[in-house]
Amino acid sequence: MVSNTEAIDQVRSIGDQYKYGFVTDIDSEFAPKGLNEDIIRLISKKKEEPEWMLEMRLKAYAHWLTMEEPTWQKPKYSAIDYQDSYYYAAPKTTEKPKTLDDVDPKLLETYEKLGIPLREQEVLAGVQGAPAVAVDAVFDSVSVATTYKAKLEEQGIIFGSISEAMKTHPELVRKYLGSVVPYGDNFFAALNAAVFTDGSFVYIPKGVRCPMELSTYFRINAENTGQFERTLIVADEGSYVSYLEGCTAPQRDENQLHAAVVELVAMDDAEIKYSTVQNWYPGDEHGRGGIYNFVTKRAACRGRNSKVSWTQVETGSAITWKYPSCILQGDNSTGEFYSVAITNNAQLADTGTKMIHIGKNTRSRIISKGISAGKSDQTYRGLVRMQRGADSARNYTQCDSLLIGDKCGAHTIPYIESQNWSAQVEHEATTSRIGEDQLFYCQQRGMGDEEAVALIVNGFCREVLQTLPMEFAVEAQKLVGISLEGSVG
Amino acid sequence: MAMLEIHDLHATVDGKVILNGLNLTIDAGEVHAIMGPNGSGKSTLSYVLTGRHGYEVTGGKIMFDGNDLMQMEPDERAREGVFLAFQYPVEIPGVTSMTFLRTAVNAVREHRGEAPFDPMDFVKHLRKSATDLNISDDMLKRAVNVGFSGGEKKRMEMLQMAALEPRISILDETDSGLDIDALKIVADGVNAMRSSERGILLITHYQRLLEYIEPDHVHVLAQGQIVKSGDKSLALELEEKGYSEFLDNAA
Repeated sequence: MVSNTEAIDQVRSIGDQYKYGFVTDIDSEFAPKGLNEDIIRLISKKKEEPEWMLEMRLKAYAHWLTMEEPTWQKPKYSAIDYQDSYYYAAPKTTEKPKTLDDVDPKLLETYEKLGIPLREQEVLAGVQGAPAVAVDAVFDSVSVATTYKAKLEEQGIIFGSISEAMKTHPELVRKYLGSVVPYGDNFFAALNAAVFTDGSFVYIPKGVRCPMELSTYFRINAENTGQFERTLIVADEGSYVSYLEGCTAPQRDENQLHAAVVELVAMDDAEIKYSTVQNWYPGDEHGRGGIYNFVTKRAACRGRNSKVSWTQVETGSAITWKYPSCILQGDNSTGEFYSVAITNNAQLADTGTKMIHIGKNTRSRIISKGISAGKSDQTYRGLVRMQRGADSARNYTQCDSLLIGDKCGAHTIPYIESQNWSAQVEHEATTSRIGEDQLFYCQQRGMGDEEAVALIVNGFCREVLQTLPMEFAVEAQKLVGISLEGSVG
Repeated sequence: MAMLEIHDLHATVDGKVILNGLNLTIDAGEVHAIMGPNGSGKSTLSYVLTGRHGYEVTGGKIMFDGNDLMQMEPDERAREGVFLAFQYPVEIPGVTSMTFLRTAVNAVREHRGEAPFDPMDFVKHLRKSATDLNISDDMLKRAVNVGFSGGEKKRMEMLQMAALEPRISILDETDSGLDIDALKIVADGVNAMRSSERGILLITHYQRLLEYIEPDHVHVLAQGQIVKSGDKSLALELEEKGYSEFLDNAA
């Protein structure tokens, strides 16, 4: 583990509050504003999709039209005008880049600014001795580059953009896309199914342990654009993969919608570890601007002994609204959810998880750490369901909330449903404040206010941060410090 | 110029007068002991010196190395070399003692214009003091004061003092709750810190600690003032007679 001090040093060097707030001046191609069948046909055509994909999109759109936007969540937001947004924005290039050298240098520059090395030689140079990370970068609506593709292909691993996979591996995409999150699942999932423009696709063949971390970096750049990416990860029998997802967006006064769908499928004895560091632009201290992060993430543990771990560090977005979930279908399958959610200023979050125990001896573990500062408000909402056949299933849930200041809120709403007498569910929850005594103790040892808060909060989240892959743990610790700047004093 | 000069100090807590015209001068190289009955203002003095929120100075002056201490924030005072060993050290869950110590030491080093320690160098830097205080690597990996025994907490305070190399150390009832073995270890830790560069202020209720750390000066604090000063024999006198004499005077 990298220490807090180093993280804090890095925080200091960063200075201003949201360092990813820049805009890349790049020639983009937009489809006209608005949402209708023609736009969907256009997206599908632009992406040269097979006919079945267009059909699925149109079905999803037709269904979406019949749905009502949900209102049960705690954070309320002003109505979104779905006709006043662009559904397709792509960096303008005459042809799809064949190699990284064909990618617009401005794009590469953007990712460099974000600290995402796309050039494989740089990746190699940068992480010598450490495990390498293969990156798929999604800029506005399209995947712009995937690194290490060839190396992964040697082992039969498929990693790249989902549009590409639809052409190269249509049978796989068709079999699994929408199998975990069907388009009718919820309002935003239906919208995503209709208009998603790209995302990552991963397939790990039987018995293969993916030799490196796979990573997607999402970037919203264009104005008035929604980002609707779609991620599908399939881990076949006995395979293993660790996948990282990072997100940033420029600083703008308007809200932007990010409605992604992530589907994970784990077969017998397979394991997927999915980590997110979400740092979308959170809006300013008065709540102007920022991303609406309304995402559906769900894993199906289909096989016996399969395992899925979600780890999320959520520091960005004006509103975060999502519940990464596990459907524990295979006997002895395991689902884990480790979450750190930090809200500051006017940020709002309603997040948690769902663990649906179907198979026998299924296990789930939920560790949620929520930190609220400023005038922010945060809700943990979680469902643990033990279905009739979930003999001897077990769940353990721990929800800890930490309050900084006296204008923020923290709420815990656990739903527990059990239909099996042999299943066990445990729930523990705590709410605390950063104590004046803790702050004074740190200050008396020479630490400044913000350094002290970052240290205490990093300690509070340690259990979760420890589950992140090394590369992300460093970034996450930095973020904890940055996102709480100005929360004391 | 004395290192620490407290002149006619008045302080209140929640509007209640606790310090009422306290005078005290400590020179570098000296060990002072302040003794007094419960509620005489001993802990308040330590918090006023370190700038804790809620301890309001209503009059008087505190000069530290010629600078007005009251103009400094708590963390600035600490970086300038004012150290308080807490009577009740605070728990910080999830933060290892090693990380806490290194963060603190690097904050002070940065202030002094020295390069920060990386984790490996810091372990080496800490090794001797930790061994002297009988603090194991395992203890350094545990979260700050979480699940520590009374003795472990006080030893960890001493380790922090050794690592931070303060100009003046204030020890607030460091002897409370210690058995004799722990008391000896802590006293050895304090004695090892004695130097011509450094002042030490021991705040204690009992004379017991002073058998192991010999003070140059002993003061009696009662009703928010230093009512009597003397050498170490004063401590023995107090042990014998108790504090009733000073309480009666005020009544």
